[in-house]
Parts: sequence; C-alpha cells; structure tokens
Amino acid sequence: MANLNASSNRPLSPHLSIYKPIPTMVMSIIHRITGAALYFGTILVAWWLISAASSEAYFEWVNGFFGSFIGRLILFGYTWALVHHMLGGIRHLVWDTGRGLEKETATKLAYATISASIVITVILWVIGYAVN
Amino acid sequence: MSGSINELRTPLSKVRGLGSAKEGTDHFWRQRLTAIANVPLILFFLWTVISLNGASHKDVVAHLSSPIVAIVMLLVIISGIVHMKLGMQTIIEDYVHSDRTKIALLILNIFFAFTMGLGACFAILKLAFGG
Ligand code: HEM
Repeated sequence: MANLNASSNRPLSPHLSIYKPIPTMVMSIIHRITGAALYFGTILVAWWLISAASSEAYFEWVNGFFGSFIGRLILFGYTWALVHHMLGGIRHLVWDTGRGLEKETATKLAYATISASIVITVILWVIGYAVN
Repeated sequence: MSGSINELRTPLSKVRGLGSAKEGTDHFWRQRLTAIANVPLILFFLWTVISLNGASHKDVVAHLSSPIVAIVMLLVIISGIVHMKLGMQTIIEDYVHSDRTKIALLILNIFFAFTMGLGACFAILKLAFGG
C-alpha cells in the first residue's frame, strides 16, 4: 500500500537535452559520430581499391571525383574523423588500464584530443599536397 | 552452491560466465583487440594513401601490388571491418529497441561489413596477383 506511488515518484535521470554539455561528454558523442562516419567512409576505401583493380579509365574517373571540390571536402572530413577517432580510441585504451580517469585529467585529454586531431589533419593534408 | 533467493543467476550460468547476451566479454575483447591493431594499421593506411596522392594508375597499381603493402593493406581492411562491425552493433543495440527493427539492422550491419570487407580484399588480391 505504501508503495502505491512507487513508480510515479521515482526520481528520473535528466534527459540528455537537460545536461549542460561538458568537454568529456561532447568528446564521447563525437567518438561515436566519427565511428559511424568512418563506417560509411569504408565505402570510399573499398570503391578506391576496386577502381584501381578494375581499369585505368575507371580509376581516373574515381580519382577525378576524389579530386573535385566536393571530393576533397569529403576526404578532408574523412581524414579528420579518422584522426579524431584514432586519438579518442587511444584515450579509451588508456582508460581501460585504469589511468587518466580523474575529472581534471579527463577534461584535459578531451581538449588535447580535439586540438591534436585538427592540427594533425591539417599537417597530413599539407604533406599530401607537398608530395603531389 | 548459491544459497540466496535473491541470486538470480544459476550455478551453471555462473560457471559459464557468459551473461545475458551469451557471449561474455567476447564483444568487448574483440573491439579492444582490433582498436589496438587499428592504430599502426591506420597509420600505415594514411601513409599509403597520402604518398599515392596524385599518382598515376600505373604507379598506384605498382605500389599496391608489392607483397608487403598488399599484406598490410589486407590486415588494415580485416581489422577495420571487424572493429566497425562490432562498433555499429553496439550503436544499434543502444538506440533501437523494437526487436524487429533491431534484428533487421543487425543483419544489414553484417551484410554491409562482409560486402565491404570482401570487396576491398578481393581488389587488393587482384592487384597483388597481377591486375
Ligand atoms: C584508428 C584506430 C582506431 C582506434 C584506436 C579505435 C578505437 C575504438 C574504441 C576504443 C572504441 C570503443 C569506444 C567505446 O567503448 O565507447 C571504438 C568504437 C568504434 N569504432 Fe573505432 N577505432 C579505430 C578506428 C576505427 C575505424 C577505421 C572505424 C570504421 C571503419 C571505426 C569504427 C568504430 C565504430 C563504429 C565504433 C562504435 C562507436 C560507439 O560505440 O560509440 N573505428 N573505436
């Protein structure tokens, strides 16, 4: 009897939209989004490899697409997603050892991940243009 | 033997230690294993595509058909595909709660992973074995 209202009075965990975004939480979401983006980005990798194995004409056509403005934009996004997800993933692997979980450290790691991912992506593209 | 009435796990399930998904820590373990493997493999992949930026078809084919490059590229694809298949499975299980849709998406995930993996590996092998 005393429990009649047990379920209606239960405290609820706030919904995602109520939380104030904090760096570690944003990084966690970005890790998932970049993972999903890379999942579909695999189509690009397979397409490129299959075109190279098909014929010169088809390879040139696919290369032309990747070299176009839209193509470069997609590849730039793909590079960033890959670098960010890799750094975020390494962060996860460090956490798995029980290290780096203190609040301040985790927040610093979050800022380090986002900054490093942008810097490394730009460096990779500079190298790409330099060797071209 | 477990005595308490509050203990819902049977002795057999405790011994097996596989939990409700019946796969224990297998998913977690493979996800981490492939994550570790992915680090050097993805660095190799990035290095490969960057060095081939703007290269002719002939040069790309010549580079990808060298045995070492082909073998490591196969590892890149295999580790990447297993990892992304497990990752997407987690995402689906987290957000999709109706059994029908969930099972349909889990099936699609497996089909996608196999098709991409096989397609990419076939292309690498075709290049490696001489175009
Ligand atoms: C470059 C090296 C990579 C590392 C170190 C890495 C690491 C990780 C780790 C540790 C997780 C688990 C995160 C968690 O438990 O919350 C994860 C999830 C995931 N990864 Fe990767 N990964 C890498 C590359 C890739 C690639 C190339 C793809 C796709 C082709 C990919 C797709 C995914 C997906 C879809 C998830 C699930 C995301 C989630 O559950 O939030 N990863 N990755």
